[in-house]
Amino acid sequence: MTDLPDLAWTRSRDFRASPFTATPVSRQEWETLTQALAGGMFTMMSLWGEEGAACMALHDPLTRRVAVARLAAASGVFPSVGVHHAPAQRLERAAADLFGLVPEGAADARPWLDHGRWEIAHPLGAASANPGQPTYRFLPVYGESLNEVPVGPVHAGIIEPGHFRFTAQGETVVRLEERLGYVHKGIDRLMRGASLARGAELAARTSGDSTVGYSWAFAQAVEAALCVAVPERAFRLRGLMAEVERLANHLGDIGAICNDAAFAMMQAQMSVLREKVLRAAQEAFGHRFMRDRIVPGGVASDLDAEGEGVLRALVAEVRDRFPPLVDLYDNTASLLDRTVATGSVSADLVRRFGAGGYVGRASGRDFDTRRDLRYAPYDMLKLDVPVQAEGDVNARVWIRIREVEQSCSLITQMLNALPRGALRTDVAQAGEPREGLGLIEGFRGDILVWLSLDAEGRIRRCHMRDPSWFQWPLLEAAIEGNIIADFPLCNKSFNCSYSGHDL
Amino acid sequence: MRRFLLEGLIRPPLTEAAPEPDAAAVEALGQAFAQAGRETLGRSLAIRQVDAGSCNGCELEIQALSNPYYDLERFGLHFVASPRHADVLLVTGPVTRNMAEALRRTYDATPGPKWVIAVGDCAKGGGCFAGSYAIAGGVAAVVPVDLHIPGCPPDPVALLKGLLALVERMRTGTGTG
Repeated sequence: MTDLPDLAWTRSRDFRASPFTATPVSRQEWETLTQALAGGMFTMMSLWGEEGAACMALHDPLTRRVAVARLAAASGVFPSVGVHHAPAQRLERAAADLFGLVPEGAADARPWLDHGRWEIAHPLGAASANPGQPTYRFLPVYGESLNEVPVGPVHAGIIEPGHFRFTAQGETVVRLEERLGYVHKGIDRLMRGASLARGAELAARTSGDSTVGYSWAFAQAVEAALCVAVPERAFRLRGLMAEVERLANHLGDIGAICNDAAFAMMQAQMSVLREKVLRAAQEAFGHRFMRDRIVPGGVASDLDAEGEGVLRALVAEVRDRFPPLVDLYDNTASLLDRTVATGSVSADLVRRFGAGGYVGRASGRDFDTRRDLRYAPYDMLKLDVPVQAEGDVNARVWIRIREVEQSCSLITQMLNALPRGALRTDVAQAGEPREGLGLIEGFRGDILVWLSLDAEGRIRRCHMRDPSWFQWPLLEAAIEGNIIADFPLCNKSFNCSYSGHDL
Repeated sequence: MRRFLLEGLIRPPLTEAAPEPDAAAVEALGQAFAQAGRETLGRSLAIRQVDAGSCNGCELEIQALSNPYYDLERFGLHFVASPRHADVLLVTGPVTRNMAEALRRTYDATPGPKWVIAVGDCAKGGGCFAGSYAIAGGVAAVVPVDLHIPGCPPDPVALLKGLLALVERMRTGTGTG
């Protein structure tokens, strides 16, 4: 392999406090990086299009540094990364749909987000009239006695829309192919030219269950780009909100997974706990999902003594009621019969895809941005990152269980050392174009926000990468060899975001 | 397991008193119930939820309606898995262009008499996503809407108030419409 290009590898503490410098690379250097990714040297954190360029964010797990490589693509083409490194494939297809950037040599040239129904094609590129798309061709499947089961986009439950194409041999799934993009709202284009306030509004509505996470990642990118010093108290309040959000989602997920294994009692019990968390959030922060509470520069609402009491009481209640439920889960053989050894994902796949959150940690990927790319307030807190090796539905349940316990601990730690002081710093414009990176640990995994601002502080480009981008493809692998009846169980154990992915 | 079953017998229920139906919604629904009254529907309504492009926030609160605090089923309201079994479509989100046809076909698959409730700020005119190349508009841009429940997202009580307005209309028969 030729020498690796010299990228501006940046430590967490540096890119969180100052603008991010993307490294311009040549075509050959881009290809060398692709080989390094395929060889497992780095983890791909994202790939996205810009006007006249393709970018990718890389993470070096050994040195715990992040770099962004930018390849000028004035002619509208760039060498495909996905053809050598599968995790890039859907991101490339999305960049092709949005910008008209062609990944040269790509194995899969089908559109991804563009279903041929948008008003315009390549909305962030040429933005020409949409000629429509030919009928989407699912990958061919060959073999005897196969039957195809199409599901969605409208599903049977109260969940988001997406299409699943199962190919089964008898009861056994031999292939699942996902087709997403149904809830594409054009957020990238709405971001372009938007003010920071408008950008924050959109970020908070990218994936409703992670509204705190997205607001935080967006705020982080803004604050890094414009070198904003956020008050200490604001960091702590953000941390509290993020852990409350994680609690609510994990509790809801554990109940819902058990419900999909027909163990409704767990769902009832967990939904009570989840409701208590949401009500505490309403009382402490003024909104059940704490939407729009994190803003660039700080936080929009304070936590008074009463709110602190509410959060302490919540943690006490969860610590009291949760352990017996965990025992119930662990001692119900009929339930474990469904979750153990179901929907397994190998450690190798998880590592290659850089899958974050419980999907990664349940298959041995020991990574958490709160610890490995640290940011305030987690740099001052004690956090144990749970990791399991089995990679099945059961392991993903256990990661959540352990993270519920961790969140309770983190909330207590933060409440015990809550500094007084300001909530928000004014965000001053830089007077020049700036770029910044936001990277936080949402309940689902690491959320990345890449932000380019113009000299007036308006958004030139905002790319938000949901953790689901690297988890959805693994669901296709997880279901293989399982029965269709276990798909809801597997799917719920992943609980990927459709809206966060489709944008 | 026994502990939880026993607790369920001994502890008072968590379920809270029903909120008053939203008066404005009862009024708004007068027209919708003009043709079909109590005789047709009895006291039960089957609801099919359709996410036509939401951020999934509204879905979370709609799911919460089934938890023990709100216990939607005590009002004769229940969620069904197919539009063919539904009386009411509960539609969230700005309708994306990629979902418009699916929503229309779900509506067409729902037997009459049927009602559409649009849920959330985005469901009215597209909310903060209005004007995007990928958005067809609010729910009303694709299927006729009988009631809109605002909020970002509306909390379960707001949802209950709207749904109870529907039940209230049913109870009083043909209503004022």
